[in-house]
Amino acid sequence: MTDEISKLKGDALLRIRDAQDESQLEELRIAFLGKKGSVSLKMRSLGNMSNDDKAKLGPVLNALKNDINQSISEKKRELRKQAIDERLKGEWIDVTQPSKERKWGTIHPVSQVTDEVVAIFSSLGFSVAEGPQIESDWYNFDALNIPPEHPARQEFDTFYIAGEQKSDKASNVLRTHTSPVQIRYMESNQMPCRIIAPGRVYRSDYDQTHTPMFHQVEGLAIDKNITMANLKWVLEEFCKAFFELEKVELRFRSSHFPFTEPSAEVDIKCSWDDGKLKVGEGSDWLEILGSGMVHPKVLEASGVDSREYQGFAFGMGIDRIAMLKYGIPDLRSFFDNDLRWLHHYGFSTIDVPGLHSGISETAIKSTEI
Amino acid sequence: MKFSLGWLKDHLETNASVGEIADALTDLGLEVESISDPSETLKHFKVGEILSAEKHPQADKLKICLVATSEGDRQIICGAPNARPGIKVVVAQPGDYIPGLDTKIKVGKIRGVESFGMMCSEKELQISDEHEGIIEIHGEAKVGQYYTELTDIKDPIIQISITPNRPDALGVRGIARDLQAKGIGSIIHQDIKPVIGTFDSPIKVTLNSNVSKKDCPLFIGRYFRNVHNGSSPKWLQDRLRAIGLRPISTLVDITNYLTYDQNRPLHVFDANKVKGNLEVRKARENEKIVALDEKEYVLDPTMTVISDEEGVESIGGIMGAMNSGCTYETTNVFVEAAYFNTIATAKTGRRLRIESDARYRFERGIDPDFTETGMELATKLILEYCGGEASNLIVSGAPPNKPPAISLDPEKLNSVVGMTVSSREQCRILNDLGFKVSGDSPYEVSIPSWRPDIMGDIDLLEEISRVISLRNLEGKPFEKNDFGVPKPILTKMQRRVSRLRRAFTIEGYDECITYSFLDKASAELFREGKARAFISNPISSEMTDMRPSIIPGLLMAASKNQDRGIFDLRLFEIGSSFNGNSPGDEFLEASGLILGNIFGRNAYEPLRVVDFFDVKGHLLHVLDKLNAPINRLSFKRNAPSYYHPQRSAIIQLGPKIRIGEIGEIHPSILESFGLKGSAHAFTIFPENIPFQGSNSSARQAMKISDLPSSNRDFAFIVDEKIQVDAVIAAIYSVDKKLIEEVSLFDVFEGRKAHEQFGNGKKSIAFSVKLQPTLQTLKDSDIEELSTKIIKTVEEKTGGSLRS
Repeated sequence: MTDEISKLKGDALLRIRDAQDESQLEELRIAFLGKKGSVSLKMRSLGNMSNDDKAKLGPVLNALKNDINQSISEKKRELRKQAIDERLKGEWIDVTQPSKERKWGTIHPVSQVTDEVVAIFSSLGFSVAEGPQIESDWYNFDALNIPPEHPARQEFDTFYIAGEQKSDKASNVLRTHTSPVQIRYMESNQMPCRIIAPGRVYRSDYDQTHTPMFHQVEGLAIDKNITMANLKWVLEEFCKAFFELEKVELRFRSSHFPFTEPSAEVDIKCSWDDGKLKVGEGSDWLEILGSGMVHPKVLEASGVDSREYQGFAFGMGIDRIAMLKYGIPDLRSFFDNDLRWLHHYGFSTIDVPGLHSGISETAIKSTEI
Repeated sequence: MKFSLGWLKDHLETNASVGEIADALTDLGLEVESISDPSETLKHFKVGEILSAEKHPQADKLKICLVATSEGDRQIICGAPNARPGIKVVVAQPGDYIPGLDTKIKVGKIRGVESFGMMCSEKELQISDEHEGIIEIHGEAKVGQYYTELTDIKDPIIQISITPNRPDALGVRGIARDLQAKGIGSIIHQDIKPVIGTFDSPIKVTLNSNVSKKDCPLFIGRYFRNVHNGSSPKWLQDRLRAIGLRPISTLVDITNYLTYDQNRPLHVFDANKVKGNLEVRKARENEKIVALDEKEYVLDPTMTVISDEEGVESIGGIMGAMNSGCTYETTNVFVEAAYFNTIATAKTGRRLRIESDARYRFERGIDPDFTETGMELATKLILEYCGGEASNLIVSGAPPNKPPAISLDPEKLNSVVGMTVSSREQCRILNDLGFKVSGDSPYEVSIPSWRPDIMGDIDLLEEISRVISLRNLEGKPFEKNDFGVPKPILTKMQRRVSRLRRAFTIEGYDECITYSFLDKASAELFREGKARAFISNPISSEMTDMRPSIIPGLLMAASKNQDRGIFDLRLFEIGSSFNGNSPGDEFLEASGLILGNIFGRNAYEPLRVVDFFDVKGHLLHVLDKLNAPINRLSFKRNAPSYYHPQRSAIIQLGPKIRIGEIGEIHPSILESFGLKGSAHAFTIFPENIPFQGSNSSARQAMKISDLPSSNRDFAFIVDEKIQVDAVIAAIYSVDKKLIEEVSLFDVFEGRKAHEQFGNGKKSIAFSVKLQPTLQTLKDSDIEELSTKIIKTVEEKTGGSLRS
């Protein structure tokens, strides 16, 4: 009997090893371990045996059953693995084929730079104010100490808005600067204040460096003892943060704006080498904005007591600083909406400017004009 | 304002270099725009002689000249009318830089004929604005000789931009005064001795009461007889030419000279052509004048004129009349030095659209106290260069009242500008600028008559700080800068717009910025009854109307991109559109425009043109990111007329609030914008979306059930015009608690559907998800509910279950 069993075992393991697929394996399982399988029949025959034989053969048969079972499941795993390997061989793909595109759109540089400016000034306690683009000449001019017939008014290349009102006196204009937002803000808010006002402005001018619409950001800080030195500090802080430099040098140059007194144009130190502009080094100066101490007449026109309050204002071209920072050569291209331009100069949705993580994804320190 | 270094040195004794002077001027607020130094820019030009000049075979106005040059005889093509054999000219060789053209000369072909250089005009060499012909060198000159050896024009020219508050710097003497205060040299004293007249002027002047109070309070006149008005002396011509003015005659050149030298405009009348006496008065309605620019102007009673017995001889402070102008034949001359009011002059000049040196100065404000001195300066020059005799002065009226003195606290410079300057230095600067400082702190400061811009102590601070130099200003932090953690500074609406922008890009849209103005025709197509806002002085006919919608701007951008061969486009813009011409007549819009295929041509998916439902998805995704209540929105028909009437909707929240609009663009609109293919657009009105009420950051409690949900599908045959939203609403109405979601999964419509279900019918199929919350659903519950759903849909929509 023992010989018989060991022969059966050898036979079974051999046939299992040689099985070609899972169905053959199943047939073998039934042939050995099924109800009428040879091992099962032998186990059943134990019932007719003496107790001694039972005790001797029982464990041997059980071990045989286990061995066959284990051998089958091992073989099954092996066959599966072979089958998968075989299938995968046929699943070759060309990994150099292009990806399936799902593109995000881009943020326009004007919006991105506006967000950068807002992020920086918010950290200095400035909030964002807004105002209408069609303005009365009072807010755009008179309240800013630019009386009618003053030559300064002619210098703005103003667009006039035609209206029903025919009288000579009251006419509306497309705002020529963001400064009227100052007036509107001071009229309806308590001092002290710190605001910036970004937005579209309009002047009748079109050439290489001018477009009839462009973007400005106005700044205004009013308190009891704000000085022009504070203005310089704020602008220095801004420029360092915006251009992402350790140090910038600003030069105040006396100028005249009707709404500020004293007034200064502000230049930033830069270098021009081979047509490449680098901010923050060199010995050249590039004008970047106009500024000054708010004229007492402007405060009074806004209902602020100029004996109690004083402060500064500045105005800066958003498109212009975008060009400087990101090396965008032509202002006119900002409003062409050429898809190739938008993709080249636009910004990713996930690059939301913030001070804790850096204003821009990469500080570009050298820009080509 | 232009002047030469030599001219400046007439008034300022200084050893400073041009560079130092330019630097000081810019620092003072007299910004230097350019410096040209002819001794540098002209040094390489040499004399040549035209040997022959033949007509160019291809061009009537060009000549082929053979020119003797330092390099030998050269062929040069020239367009100047005065190019002719025998004249000596200034030659630029290939490689020479031409300052007036800002370019280097190259050998090149002009209309097929080779040209080896150029013969220059005065304008090309930046000597003057003369460009009618090329320079002809008279007198001794050898071919190959340097041009600079033959000309006196070597004086550096400085051009500065003068801000409107500084009329005093429109005269060279005023500039010298600023430089002296800055420490660049000392001003040369002007010794002007009055000339005693030898007779009384035969022309008398009266100021009409309608001008004498304000518009022309002072008129000084002088008659000169037996003058000779020829060409002016060379030094005077050189001065004028150097700053781009053309010499005319001695009398005229003297007035121009004093205009630039002293900021003192004058006018000279040919006295023989003046009929009777002169009166300064307001013009009469429709009075006419032919001015020195040979144009006729129609005047009105707001304008100040100088008139003789026959009519207007001059528009006060702006321009004289042609018929009383001085010529070489003039023998008797009447000179006017008057003071005209700034505002009145500006108004008249603007109405008549005359730009003149006189207007430019009077409207900014000349020195009224200098009127008589100016006349004496003119007298000296006229007598010296034209001979003749001067009359006694005629003085009508008086200069306007001086402004009151200003009180200046020397501490204020520090408290406003943040700069410390000693009281002594502050006084020194003001004195150098011509202010009179008296008393102790606070000082009494009287204003010089040439500074109409100075009105308060703040203006004095500007004077002191610009002379001290703002370059020395050191930045100081705000005193109050301790805010703790900065608070958010954006308003809710500003945050919404910021999210909106980034939400659009996630749907694949690229942000555009289009002009806020459109041509009228395009604006009309999108007006939709909104009030028109248009520009009365547009820059071009393409930019006349304020946009009533962002979409036309995006359509134009799309059209340009199609022209460049880009057809799959997703563009968006956020900004104001306009519905009236007053402040506040604007509203915020965010519009998207999509054209072409949903994906570009690719290896994996067939091309599919974007359809309404793609765009609807984009719209709803964007709205969802604004936390808009998208489940409560309804899509209604009657969208604006620029959409496809059958494939468009307005998006309402409740009956009143319009959140936006969406649709396929009407084919006739596409045609007028020259667009190919179809296009879809949508607009969101961010200001119309209500903000969620709660201020708490806590989310609502999450409600989920562990009980199993079941899905049942239903297909209904309905009339074609039955909208899906009606069927969905009907299904929900059966059991709002149990029915968690109803979703459309199939639409079968069109010809095949008609064949199967009858004309005008379609089949729509829904999956209904049932989610119990209290106990597991039994089959019988589901059956019962299904029956109810079928019955309700039949009742409410007339549909029937598809079997």
